[in-house]
Amino acid sequence: MDIAWYLVLSALLFAIGAGGVLLRRNPLVILLCLELMLNAANLALVAFARSTGTQEGQVFALVVMVVAACEVVIGLGLIVAMFRRQLPLDVDDARKLHG
Amino acid sequence: MDPATYAWLVLLFPLVGSMVIALGWRALPGKTAGWIGTFAIAAAFLSSLGMLAMLLDEPSDSRQIVDSLYEYASAFGLEIQLAVLVDPLSVFMCLVVTGVSMLIHLYSVAYLDSDRGYARFFSYLNFFVFSMLVLILAGNFIFLIVGWAFVGFASYALISFWYRRGTATKAGMKAFVINVLGDVGLYLAAFLVFRELGTFDFLTSFEAAREEFTTNQGVVVAICLLLLVGAFAKSAQVPLHTWLPDAMEGPTPVSALIHAATMVTAGVYLIARMFPFFELAPTAADIAAFIGLATLVIAATIALVVTDLKRIIAYSTMSQIGYMVMGVSIGAYGAGLFHLMTHAFFKALLFMAAGSVIAAMANIQNIDRMGGFRRAMPLTSGLLIIGCLALAGFPGTSGFFSKDEILVYAAERGGMYWIFAVGGYIAAFLTAFYSFRIGFRVVAGKPVEEARELEQGHLAHGEPVNPATGEPEDTDVGFPGPEHHIAERAKPMAIAMSILGVLAIVGGWIQIPGVDHVLETFFEPTFEESHLYHLVPSTGTAWLGLLVGGVIALAGIGLAYLCYVARPGITLRWKERFGGLHRFLERKWYFDEIQDALVYRPAIAIGRFANSVFERFIVDGIVNGAVGIVRASSATVRGAQSGFLRAYALLLVGGFAALGIYFLVVSQ
Repeated sequence: MDIAWYLVLSALLFAIGAGGVLLRRNPLVILLCLELMLNAANLALVAFARSTGTQEGQVFALVVMVVAACEVVIGLGLIVAMFRRQLPLDVDDARKLHG
Repeated sequence: MDPATYAWLVLLFPLVGSMVIALGWRALPGKTAGWIGTFAIAAAFLSSLGMLAMLLDEPSDSRQIVDSLYEYASAFGLEIQLAVLVDPLSVFMCLVVTGVSMLIHLYSVAYLDSDRGYARFFSYLNFFVFSMLVLILAGNFIFLIVGWAFVGFASYALISFWYRRGTATKAGMKAFVINVLGDVGLYLAAFLVFRELGTFDFLTSFEAAREEFTTNQGVVVAICLLLLVGAFAKSAQVPLHTWLPDAMEGPTPVSALIHAATMVTAGVYLIARMFPFFELAPTAADIAAFIGLATLVIAATIALVVTDLKRIIAYSTMSQIGYMVMGVSIGAYGAGLFHLMTHAFFKALLFMAAGSVIAAMANIQNIDRMGGFRRAMPLTSGLLIIGCLALAGFPGTSGFFSKDEILVYAAERGGMYWIFAVGGYIAAFLTAFYSFRIGFRVVAGKPVEEARELEQGHLAHGEPVNPATGEPEDTDVGFPGPEHHIAERAKPMAIAMSILGVLAIVGGWIQIPGVDHVLETFFEPTFEESHLYHLVPSTGTAWLGLLVGGVIALAGIGLAYLCYVARPGITLRWKERFGGLHRFLERKWYFDEIQDALVYRPAIAIGRFANSVFERFIVDGIVNGAVGIVRASSATVRGAQSGFLRAYALLLVGGFAALGIYFLVVSQ
């Protein structure tokens, strides 16, 4: 199968994720969209690895998954903290660090 | 042991004494601190005697011994040793300083008894003696400067000793500031010596100076003038003298020790020590002699009208140091130092007697209030009169021989130097008059209330007031203490004063023209290279000078007797007739006012200007301008920092997209 299809799918997933990050205000959804972007990148990596027959891309995908797991832990931790303090779950309201 | 070992011991004892008292004052009961201090100085005095004995054992041509404890600094050919110079001059000074200090410590043991700063006083006093000995024994300019500055600090600490008195702390500051001015002169002189001769060492630099410099070369005159600034500030010579009368705010033993017997003679010592430079710069030496003469006359005239007992003696000190400065500047080194020694004896005695009288008057220092103490205080009165006789130069006393030796030398040099002889004799008349103004006002006349009380056995105890301003005193720590001590009732005071009384009479007998010349011979090794030292007036001339001096002294004393005993009202009439002159003298020739107008006010005006214009517009302008620029330039950048997470994300994504597009376009 042509690698182009994989890349098109990957690009689509990435665009959806990026759009979600930019448009949605709920931090939980933003986190989900970030995951989507990371996995789109993973898909592209694995597809390239497959087409060239090398290992590096797959290994790299595994590393990205680890990073994604860490990122989710921190992100969810933040969201739980916001919930506990009864802050509104809206990233537009959390802007106290403006200059 | 060699003399240098004794020299280190001389330095060690007062330092250890000071440290022990300073660190252990809580554990020292009663008068222990005073006795520790006294014995430390006594040990130093004994070591000085040892130094003298060892030095006399050496052959006459090797009586200049330099000994170094360790190398203080060494770089680029500059070698500074922590070195002492033991020669007849330094040994002589050590003996005078430690001897007189020992007696003054002894006096203070009783005099300061009820002061709550008792241990602090002795710690300071020992530190002062240590500093003075460093100054005297120093073998190079660096060590000299260390001692010079230490002495300045010790003087400050002791003048301000009663720190509850505003006048005392101000007087301390004044003394310190003027002394620091002198220090700067000394530093600059030392730098010039180093620049020209490449060494800080005394003996080496003297040798080099004789080879390098020609007579009256600009550099050597500059060195001497800078040295004189230092000497004049320490020795209270015109116009840097105004601190000395104010320094009388300190305790009386301090006035006796520092501001009469020892520290103020440091300038005389400096000129004598640096004689090779001064002989190469006769112009500077003559300037010094003229300033000495001016101080001598000015101070003597002021002493005629001042009414504060201690301040009269202070002005008399200035005046007597004028004699010494004049003496060592015109080349009469032996005579100048001889007068330094006799002056130390009789001036310390006068201050001690004054302290006893002031105690009997319950801290009143105005001589107009005093009188008739001869029956109430026979010992003090007798010793006071002995001090006055020596100060006046009464025939046979110590001041008689030493003062006239300087003046005869001036006459012997002839030419312009006659001025010094004539001026000196005129001032001698004034000296005799004002010294018996003290003597007769205190001892003779009708007993005042305090004296009558004392005859009944009651020592006056008034409410504590500041003798200078009359304000009630804060009686916490740092005030003279409620008890008063007079020599008649305190043995240590009586012993110290009696010894000095004997010395004030016989101290001059070591150098009677035609009879003996102990000092003259003793100083020979130090002043060997001097071409002025060997000019000795003939015995006949010397006795003629003594005769003139004796007559003048008797005339002065006679006039004082007439004014204060025979016809007591006469001075009041003079005061009315010469009102303008009296006011002029009473205002101390307006020196304080002149300094105020020439130095203090301009300095304050410059300070105001700097504060209101320079500080506000220029310094603040630069600082605030820098802040403004940063703030303005950051305002634009700050707008981007909105706090909107999604805006940041958009910037990120947009940025990457823009980069991607750019590379795509470029790669085409």
